[in-house]
Amino acid sequence: MTRHEWPLFEVFVRAKRGLNHVHVGSLRAADHEMALHHARDLYTRRNEGVSIWVVRSDQVAASDPAEKPSFFEPSADKVYRHPTHYTIPSTVPHI
Amino acid sequence: MTDFALFDQAIARDQRIEPADEMPERYRSTMIRQIAQHAHSEIIGMQPEGEWITRAPTLRRKAILLAKVQDEAGHGLYLYSAAETLGADRGDLTQRLIEGRQKYSSIFNYPTLSFADVGVIGWLVDGAAICNQVPLCRSSYGPYARAMIRICKEESFHQRQGYELLLTMMSGTAAQRDMVQDAVDRWWWPSLMMFGPPDADSPNTAQSMAWKIKRHTNDELRQRFVDMSVPQAAELGVTLPDPELAWNASRDHYDFGQPDWDELRRVISGGGAMNEQRIARRRQADTDGAWVREAAAAHAAKNLEVAR
Amino acid sequence: MAFDDAYSALTDHDDDARWAYGTGFSDPLASVPSSVPADVDGADLSLYCLMLGDDALILSHRLQEWVTRAPELEDELALANIALDLLGQARLLLSRAGVASGASSLAAVEDVLAFGRDAAEFRNVRLAERSDADFACLVGRLLVMVTWRLAAFDRLASSRDPMLAAIAAKGVKELTYHRDYAAQWVVRLGDGTALSHSRMAAAMAELLPLTGELFATHPVEARLAVAGVAVEPVSLRAEFDGVMAQVLEAATLDPVLPGPPVAASGEGAGRDGVHGPELDEILREMQSVARAVPGGVW
Repeated sequence: MTRHEWPLFEVFVRAKRGLNHVHVGSLRAADHEMALHHARDLYTRRNEGVSIWVVRSDQVAASDPAEKPSFFEPSADKVYRHPTHYTIPSTVPHI
Repeated sequence: MTDFALFDQAIARDQRIEPADEMPERYRSTMIRQIAQHAHSEIIGMQPEGEWITRAPTLRRKAILLAKVQDEAGHGLYLYSAAETLGADRGDLTQRLIEGRQKYSSIFNYPTLSFADVGVIGWLVDGAAICNQVPLCRSSYGPYARAMIRICKEESFHQRQGYELLLTMMSGTAAQRDMVQDAVDRWWWPSLMMFGPPDADSPNTAQSMAWKIKRHTNDELRQRFVDMSVPQAAELGVTLPDPELAWNASRDHYDFGQPDWDELRRVISGGGAMNEQRIARRRQADTDGAWVREAAAAHAAKNLEVAR
Repeated sequence: MAFDDAYSALTDHDDDARWAYGTGFSDPLASVPSSVPADVDGADLSLYCLMLGDDALILSHRLQEWVTRAPELEDELALANIALDLLGQARLLLSRAGVASGASSLAAVEDVLAFGRDAAEFRNVRLAERSDADFACLVGRLLVMVTWRLAAFDRLASSRDPMLAAIAAKGVKELTYHRDYAAQWVVRLGDGTALSHSRMAAAMAELLPLTGELFATHPVEARLAVAGVAVEPVSLRAEFDGVMAQVLEAATLDPVLPGPPVAASGEGAGRDGVHGPELDEILREMQSVARAVPGGVW
């Protein structure tokens, strides 16, 4: 298999102030500066962003989908983390 | 795990498959092939219209066309990005394209003979592509579906700019109206062929539907395209070159003739007028650019050493 | 699925904020007065706008030629972006040239000027019309042209012609990015491999002697500079030399000093309508469709 000469970078764009950076895709670049340029040209051609992050794809640590049950399901029953878990009389204001 | 229970469950529940999930090898390879062919089509598809950027007859049309062709490069990149989440490498996919080992949409093997072709490609070819692509926004493979949403949103201007160009040209001189009709005559049948062979001759459709890679059959999408295009052609004042085209009240659809499927097979297998030239252009760009890509990689490696 | 409007089928995905989808397009020149200041010569202003507009139009054409030929797809996008920006600048400047010379039909004036003039009426510097032998020539020429242009636009942003000032202020943002893009590539190629170093060095050695034309003052520029409308190109020299020296050093290339102004060598310059065969070639291509259909609307 022929490998591409440049490494893969993941691109995250902040659409506007007040929002998180969101993963939008990846691109190929020789270095971080080039990755930022390319991300600007590829993913913000239509005023889509006010800020860009790029990170080399091989630097991203990800959880293992096979461990999904042990990783994520324990939190599913912690309903007490959610505000609707608590019954408050409707006469109590501002809560 | 070999029985792919989680995969089957996700498909059954209409959930998306995500990059690191376990998936049947045939799903992975089908997906890579489909996304790569789609990406190649976007990249090769830059050429037929790209040839007219430097010749566009007004500066506004030049800007529109340049932005459109640029979008196609962007769409190719979104799709290569999706294919790379499945473990494919873009360098390898490019190699497959320029060695003729991986296909792209045969529509781009037809030549663009006049500036009216730019309009007709926007109206009919992009119109057909939209019919094909909108259902793909619900493809079972998450990164592909997300890329397609972005692409479909951006393409909303492609079809409209094409139709608007044709409307303007039809209001111009008699020579311009002839150019438009001539372009419609040449592109109508190839556009119908973009939906692939009839369902009866499409061996992969059943598996692709089961895996929710495809959501509609070729013939369903083709019918929708014809139903959409006929009133648009009337509004434009052009004739679609199909004597069998007629409204069928009992079906609530237009009846239409069959494209020349032998020609499609010929074009797909490399017999199109422009096949060799399209591939050669990509191969040339790849070869001519190798020293540039190597230089950038070498510079980046040196900088990394300095940083350490 | 609704197919009457294919896009309505996407409504269940229509959370635009999440998709970082573009909005908020505006015309920054909408409220700028278009009348020429009373004490400014309209013919001079028109010619000056043609110089700046033709530089952008012709350089944009050369960049357009790289679409589908660039070393990597990401760079194809970048070059198309730069070509689009320059084309946008050209359209504004040609329109300004038309208005300043008293054109009546504003909408079509940019096209009349782009497609109706012959080579001798084009006012771009000859550096703009050169074809690129390779990617090193492309980025080298781009660096030279946009470094000069950015320095000029920086000053023109306070021109006494309000429209020219607005066009320049908008262009400064674009050109800053173009210069950054070109400079990064010159550095990468200069510093990269032995092969890329020799190609980048050859490109700069060819290009820099041709930059003299950019700094030769045309009588129109001199008159408009006195009126506070234009810049004297010679005043851009220090900034230009400084930027070039910095980039060439980072690129491990020899600093080659620009040659004497071409006009001084008696050949005549692009600003006077004297061009090489390469501009004929560009215009034959660029104007082919527009001229083949008399009375056509597009």
